[in-house]
Amino acid sequence: MKYIIAVIKPFKLDEVREALGSIGVAGMTVSEVKGFGRQKGQTEIYRGAEYSTNMLPKVKIEVAASDDLAAQVVETIQQTARTEAIGDGKIFVFDLASATRIRTGETGDTAL
Amino acid sequence: MKRTLSRSAAPALAALALAGVGMTAPALAQDVADPAALAAAEAVSGGTAYILNTLLFLIGGFLVMWMAAGFAMLEAGLVRSKNVSVQCLKNIGLYSIAGLMFWVIGYSIAYPGFEGGFFGIGDFPYAMQGVGEADTETGYSIASDWFFQMVFCATTASIVSGAVAERVKLVPFFIFVTVLTGFIYPVIVSWEWGAGWLDAMGFSDFAGSTLVHSTGGWAALMGVLIIGPRLGRYGKDGKVAVFPGSSIPLATLGTFILWLGWFGFNGASQLAMGTIGDVSDVSKIFVNTNMAAAAGVVVAIIATQLRYKKADTTMALNGALAGLVAITAEPLTPNVGMAIVIGGIGGLLPVIFVPILDRFKIDDVVGAIPVHLVAGIWGTLAVPLTNPAVPFLAQLTGVVATGVFVCALSAIVWFALKATIGVRPSEEEELAGLDLSETGIEAYPEFARTSGS
Repeated sequence: MKYIIAVIKPFKLDEVREALGSIGVAGMTVSEVKGFGRQKGQTEIYRGAEYSTNMLPKVKIEVAASDDLAAQVVETIQQTARTEAIGDGKIFVFDLASATRIRTGETGDTAL
Repeated sequence: MKRTLSRSAAPALAALALAGVGMTAPALAQDVADPAALAAAEAVSGGTAYILNTLLFLIGGFLVMWMAAGFAMLEAGLVRSKNVSVQCLKNIGLYSIAGLMFWVIGYSIAYPGFEGGFFGIGDFPYAMQGVGEADTETGYSIASDWFFQMVFCATTASIVSGAVAERVKLVPFFIFVTVLTGFIYPVIVSWEWGAGWLDAMGFSDFAGSTLVHSTGGWAALMGVLIIGPRLGRYGKDGKVAVFPGSSIPLATLGTFILWLGWFGFNGASQLAMGTIGDVSDVSKIFVNTNMAAAAGVVVAIIATQLRYKKADTTMALNGALAGLVAITAEPLTPNVGMAIVIGGIGGLLPVIFVPILDRFKIDDVVGAIPVHLVAGIWGTLAVPLTNPAVPFLAQLTGVVATGVFVCALSAIVWFALKATIGVRPSEEEELAGLDLSETGIEAYPEFARTSGS
């Protein structure tokens, strides 16, 4: 099993959720986050003074997927969340040691 | 111009006494050839004039009272969310203190009852009329007059709270407001509207560019200088740390409320509505007031767009208020074009002076000093442009004298507070936000940074 974390542009969330649903992803965890990458945010002016918004708002989605599905999940997120502009985000993949459904105690792929 | 007697109610009453005509339709007036009969036809009876004059004070008064809500929302929107609850408490508290102080002693200092003086105290506390009684010799209810003057006093205090926001404790702030509304502001008012020495030399301030707005602005400037900037606002290298406001919609609503209230502030400062001439003047003042504010907004938007490549919403809000402050010294004599020029230049002042104040590390949270002090000075000095009866030197004297007196007394009070009970919270409290240390409740508890759910 793989655990996939993707940081994407907030307005892309609905599209990504639908695309992942259509390839068989049953659930995900979403959080509103802030961060920066190579761009280091941007500079704005407020009441005549310059300030840098070095933490830009992003959405972090977390998906646990079976080994067969993992590559497809990454590809789907990459295709869907892409605007070809800077700040589109990143996708990280981890090995997932175990998964347990709390209600039934099921483990492994069936718990996903 | 003194503000104790209505300007044109008396001639109207006289005209009525002659002709004895009641509520004649205005259209009929054009058919009447005789000038005396014409004046009579255009006037209303003494009792009706009394009612209309009083109504003007009451409507103007509650509109200006509502400006306290405007200031509260403007300031709540421009401070950070961790200080919003305290800012709201300061605003409703200062409005209330102003009312109490203006009754106990303020009005009696502002209107001492003699001419040409520097300082005096009339009867106090102010005596209202008894039940069912009228004050027919003044031409309006004295209670309506007191109410109308009181809300101006509160406006002066509102100006201070925004400038010194986010780093002054409640108690020293309220003590300062007590002195400002009970003594400093009433003395300034007595010089002009109370028929004092400035009035005697020809100084003119129709609705208070200097008396209200500059007075508040000078008091705010002294507070900002003596209290010091917010923690972390100015870096050692001179870099300004930006603290964006918590709610642009609230600040915008506050500005619209102030704009609405200003029709009472300027319009009702005509002080009389018992004749066709007066009510027409009130109407002209409404138009000029509106156009000055509109010009202030448009100029501020264009100026920030040109200078920074992006329009600044809060500067547009400041532009509206600066335009309003600028036209307040003389909203009647300018034609619409001149009202637009006076307000437009007013709107440019915050765009210029907000960065200048930052350069001198003068931390004015909401832009109160550019809006109320700088635009107030501009509006006062601009009066002779449209009103040739007003000498420029008198205007300059009024501006300087007000500055010297208000700065000296405000500085004494702020320094005394600093040396005794202290004006600032601890660094830890300030960084956590004054809401927790001063009121114990945050304005937006759903987003509490504290533990517990």
